[in-house]
Amino acid sequence: MGKVIVVTSGKGGVGKTTSSAALGAALAHDGDKVVVVDFDVGLRNLDLIMGAERRVVYDLVNVIQGEAKLTQALIRDKRLETLYLLPASQTRDKDNLTAEGVEKVITALKSVFDWVICDSPAGIERGATLAMRHADIAIVVTNPEVSSVRDSDRIIGLLDSKTLKAENGERMEKHLLLTRYDHARAERGDMLKVDDVLEILSIPLLGIIPESMEVLRASNLGAPVTLADERSVPAVAYFQAARRLKGEDLPITIPGERRGFFGKMFGRKAA
Amino acid sequence: MNLRRFFTRTPSAPAARDRLQLLLAHERASAGGSDLLAKLRDEILLAIAKHVQIDGDKVSVKMERGAQVSTLAVDIEIPFEAAAKKAA
Repeated sequence: MGKVIVVTSGKGGVGKTTSSAALGAALAHDGDKVVVVDFDVGLRNLDLIMGAERRVVYDLVNVIQGEAKLTQALIRDKRLETLYLLPASQTRDKDNLTAEGVEKVITALKSVFDWVICDSPAGIERGATLAMRHADIAIVVTNPEVSSVRDSDRIIGLLDSKTLKAENGERMEKHLLLTRYDHARAERGDMLKVDDVLEILSIPLLGIIPESMEVLRASNLGAPVTLADERSVPAVAYFQAARRLKGEDLPITIPGERRGFFGKMFGRKAA
Repeated sequence: MNLRRFFTRTPSAPAARDRLQLLLAHERASAGGSDLLAKLRDEILLAIAKHVQIDGDKVSVKMERGAQVSTLAVDIEIPFEAAAKKAA
């Protein structure tokens, strides 16, 4: 049975779709079967970020309404054969997402894939709550910026109250993915530091993704950043985050930080 | 930005951290339905409305949420006639 991950944030534009695509590709890179599901009905973009925009025939809403089979709607990635995309509908409004429909789709995907990654829309409305509803693991994407941190705090509250796990009295596994981090600005005191954000949100850190030109470049090309250039700084950070998701205990490094001999010996541990 | 301003500028991240910590402490409390300040505000206004017709424009409510102390200031203009009628 596969694991269901929700990539969520509350705030828009912090990197949910970029991170969903990058982590999905990183996990599939090792041969795991991965599907990334776009929950942003009406404003889909995952197809564009993954370079599959011209191959969308059916979408999540078609499947839920019984107009297409799940296998018809799934789009296989051209680069990685274990990576799939389930696009959102661009034309219908989000009321077409029903709780029962989403449950059926997620259950079916879980039985086939190792990882089901749900790319949540921004906000705390229906699309966002349905994206997180069936999750086993939540990745909270946060920028080191006050409005993003506040919204993440709100989302963490929802993860602990409005999900199936929470309603069954189980604990939702939550991870922080700090994106668009600029080490130099944080060192100058002009950006919240990693530890500031961790102290405020108090959930364990999955990874730190630096602010990088590579992210825009990858989206221009229609490739997850982990496939556009595997060795770029953000790609390496996403690959490490993916390994941590699989349970590896890797020390967290701050991208852009120059570290001396002692720094390397006594690396920061994942919280 | 000139060089002097660049070097004398104070870091802004500590302010961001402090503001967030304070705000979230209050927001987390109110998510549990225990926002005392908001409850007091509503009940005070209700109590006054029982005796005097309150004109929405004549009510000013100010709240200041602090780390140690919060303040609630309710300023209501009560027209002389209303006060006199009640007294009579």
